Order: sequence, then C-alpha cells, then structure tokens
Amino acid sequence: MGTLIEEIFSRKAGRPVKAGEIVLLDVDHIMSHDNTTPLAIKAFREIGKPILDKNKIVIHFDHAYPAPNLMAAEAQKKIVDFMKEQGITQFYHQGICHQVLIEEGYILPGRVLIGGDSHSNTYGAFGAFGTGLGSTEIGVAWAAGKAWFRTPETILINLSGQAKPGVFAKDVMLYIAGMMGMDGATYKSVEFAGSYIDNLPMHERIIFPNMSTEIGAKCGLIAPDEVTVKFLETQTKARGPFEMIKAIDPHYEQIIEIDVTNIVPQVACHPDVDHVQDLDKVEGLEIDEVFIGTCTNGRYEDLEIAAQILKGRQVNKFTRTIVTPASVQIYDKAMKNGLIQIFHDAGCTIGVVGCGACIGRHGGLLGPGERAFTTMNRNFIGRMGSPQAEIYLGSPAAAAATAIAGKITDPRIYLEA
Amino acid sequence: MGKAWKFEDNLNTDEIIPARYNITIIPSELAKNVFCEIKPEYAKTVQPGDVIVGGQNYGCGSSREHAPIAIKGSGAKCIIAKSYARIFFRNCINIGLPILECAEAVADISEGDDIDVDLATGQITNRTNGHQYQANALPDFVLKIADAGGIVNFLKTHDIQELLT
Repeated sequence: MGTLIEEIFSRKAGRPVKAGEIVLLDVDHIMSHDNTTPLAIKAFREIGKPILDKNKIVIHFDHAYPAPNLMAAEAQKKIVDFMKEQGITQFYHQGICHQVLIEEGYILPGRVLIGGDSHSNTYGAFGAFGTGLGSTEIGVAWAAGKAWFRTPETILINLSGQAKPGVFAKDVMLYIAGMMGMDGATYKSVEFAGSYIDNLPMHERIIFPNMSTEIGAKCGLIAPDEVTVKFLETQTKARGPFEMIKAIDPHYEQIIEIDVTNIVPQVACHPDVDHVQDLDKVEGLEIDEVFIGTCTNGRYEDLEIAAQILKGRQVNKFTRTIVTPASVQIYDKAMKNGLIQIFHDAGCTIGVVGCGACIGRHGGLLGPGERAFTTMNRNFIGRMGSPQAEIYLGSPAAAAATAIAGKITDPRIYLEA
Repeated sequence: MGKAWKFEDNLNTDEIIPARYNITIIPSELAKNVFCEIKPEYAKTVQPGDVIVGGQNYGCGSSREHAPIAIKGSGAKCIIAKSYARIFFRNCINIGLPILECAEAVADISEGDDIDVDLATGQITNRTNGHQYQANALPDFVLKIADAGGIVNFLKTHDIQELLT
C-alpha cells in the first residue's frame, strides 16, 4: 500500500510501512568498491562478529582499477586478501559497479540494496530500492545482514510530452536538477513517472534515479513495466518472475508536473550540478577535454550516438576526447559493431573500462586552467584533478559535437530533425 | 569551549577533503588536508574542542566517510548546521562525530566566536556574544548510536535488533 518506497519496504518488512517510520530491514545485497571497501573491512573487523551471509556481499574494483599508484595497489591487495580469507566470491572488475550489478542480474524489482557509493540510487530504475551508505555501515551489514532506514516521503515527478529530436534524458534530468536544486529532494524518495518515462528505453530511464542523488534524494524510483521486464530478460542475467511493484493509493508530499516538449539541450555549468543553463547560453566555450562515460552515460547507446556524430569526422586537435565504456560487456558490443574503430579514426582515446576520469584518480585528469565537457553526474570543484579546472556536464551527443569543434556545441547540427 | 569555524551552504565532501587524499583511512593523515582548498588555515591552527558551523545541506556529495573522519580526526568537537545532506548526516552518527541542527545558532554565530556545546542537552552557548541556542533533538535510536560512540562500538556489545527496541 502507498508509494513505491512504502510498497517495497512493506513487502520486505512483512507488514504495512508508512513514510516517517524507522524500519530495520534485511538487505538483499551489499555492494562496495575499491574505494569504500577498506573502511568497511576496518569496521567489520572491529565489530568482531562473522559474516552473516557471504552471498549478500558483492565487491567491485572500478574506481581506480587497475591501480594507478602504489597506495591504490596496496589497498586492493588488502581487499583481495580479505575476500580470499572470508570466501567472498562475488567479486567483479569488469566495469562500473552499478552497471555490472545490473548486467549480472542483481537488480530486480522489489529488492533492497545498499551500496558504498552515492550513486546506488541507480537501481531504482528497475523498481529496486538502492541507496548509498558510508563504509562503516557496509561493514555493519556484512555482520548483521540488515540496515536501518527512515521511510522517506515521496516527491512525484510526472514527465509528459515528447522531447525534441536531439534532446535526451540527460538534458531532461539536468533541467530537473537546475529546477529543484542540490537539496531539492533531500531525504525524499523521488518517483519518476508519466508518458515521457513510459516511452523511454531503459538506458535513458536509468539516468533519472542515477542523478536523483544529485538533488539529495534517498532513492529514485521508476515502477517496473513490460519495458523493464524485457530489458532484464534480454540484456541482463536476471530471470523472472519479478515483483511488479506499483504505487497503490499513494499519498505524495509533492507532485511536480513537467512537460518536456520545450526543453532544449542543457548544460550543468561549473561549479555546481544545479547551475544549469540552456546549452546555447554557454555555446562556444573552449574545451580542453571531452569525457564520455560513467554510470550515468557510459552505456552502449550513449557510445552509439557519440559514434554517429563522430563518424567520418575528427575531434579538435587540442581537445582530448576520452571514451570510457561503463563495462566490458558494453566495450565488446562497441567493438563488434565498429564503434571503437569510429572513435579511433576520429582521434579519440578509449579509456580503461570503469569510472575513469570521473573521480580524478586516473584516466584523464584536468590541469589548472583547463575546462572539460563530460557526461558525468557531478561537477564539484577539483573532482577531476585540479581545483583550478572547470567541469561542464551534458549529454553524450553534446559531448561528441563539442569534441569536434573544441568548444561547447549544440549536437542538433549533426542530428536529423 | 572552542573556536567557531564557519562554512557556506551546500559544502560538499570534495571541499571537506578532496578525493585525491582519500587513499588513506588514518584520521590524523586525513586531518592534515581537511578543508585544504577552501580554508587551509583550519588544518594548521584548529584546536581540540573547536566547533564547525555549517549552513544548509552540509556535507553534500559523496558517501565517502573520509569527509567526517577527517573532521573528527582534526579534533573538532561537533558540527552545528542548518541542515545536513543525508549520507553525511548518517556517516557522522555512525563514526561518533556529534552533529546538531540549529538554524538560530548558525545565523548568530560569527567566525572565531567562543562556543560551548552541551551534547547531552543540545544547548549551545556563545560566550563571545552571550547568546544561547537550543538544537533539535535527535531520534532515540540515533542517540543510542551516538551514546555508544558510533555504530561499531554499539554492535560490539549489542545485537542490531536492539537499535529499535
């Protein structure tokens, strides 16, 4: 009964749960990566109790993998030693944690997951509850198998209308971020619904829960439907039947109606993700690095639209253009379909699969005075290296168009109307 | 008693401690670089018992615990802010860094003011201008964790079920 989050929590708790209630729930899976696992191990060892169920634990190497420096190598060795010692076998190093969890079939409607990463909200695209927690709580969950949650109130964002050609889900979500602000949904569950969402393929839907983190949300949810089921069964290892979670007689704290029809390409400008402008307001800004990738926009279809624009063209000589597929599976498909060849012919660099330049550890850092245009979800000062660098966010299409000109460019000049 | 250090609204975790320093988990090491891009004098001159005063949405951004650990490692007694980002709030409770919510205090306190905080009652005293403020009460289970000095300490001697009983 109630909103999507109330439905998910009620089913898990085995009793009706309403917004505002504190619950202690079994978690289906506990995720952490190379950056957040060391502190989880420390907390776990201090508690001094054994792992409750190692099948709940999933560990990924994606943030600084393969290790770009000695400290990262030492940390990763310690994690590997721990996994061997504890018999943890669900260990992946084939891409960004969130993408790999989806591909490997861990994300199903109705599941409750916690991740040592703030973009664990991503799983909500499939009607699963996913949220980011600190590493200490990851270690706690290894021992206890549970986590406490305050059931959030829900903001419903109803998206209607048809987006103009050349305007993508990333543009719509940036528009929402600009409108709501970085704390516009703090502690809330945000449901994304409406005819625009219904007609979106999964790879575009994922962006909304993924970036719900940036407006402060505890989770971002989309009710599963036939599109979700088809995607799970053909693109992932997940197999039904699935819990088709639906809001039942929900009470929403706030309902926001947005008609996407008149939205134009958007850019989140340095230094904040909610500092969003229409692209034409920043068109012509010179760019030193274009980065296409991440858990937000590193999927096959994102690479495909970038390749469509870059085919037969060259990136600007002084604009290094880094394309980093979000997973090995995506990289393989991109190779088979000739996209990697297109990127190489255009003068791009293919990054090592994973988070890459997004967190400023490796794969394309920015020096002082440099400006990047990326498909990331976050552009805090210093995120990609120098605090004297600037980061602008946009869609993969806009990133590709920008790489060719060497300045921020509207992608629609390359796309058929 | 401690000196107040004031920060802006929407202070993010990369401003608390840049990602490139998150390769250590040692609190004293992290403390060396806390606020290094935005208030470098803090790490050099902070004294144990000093108080962090933040605005709205304090601690937004990443779930990395390095941010609250760095603040705790620097010897700060607690944080007083108008409001907190979700994960940061939770992380502070879990590692035993006391946090209070008090918009009145944030509006009235100036950088450098001499601040006294009674964590048990949530009463804040500004010895520089003589004003007193009352912070919001925290939920019971949060107090249980805070009283134990963090969730790890709590779990050494309790079952997780006891949090909500």
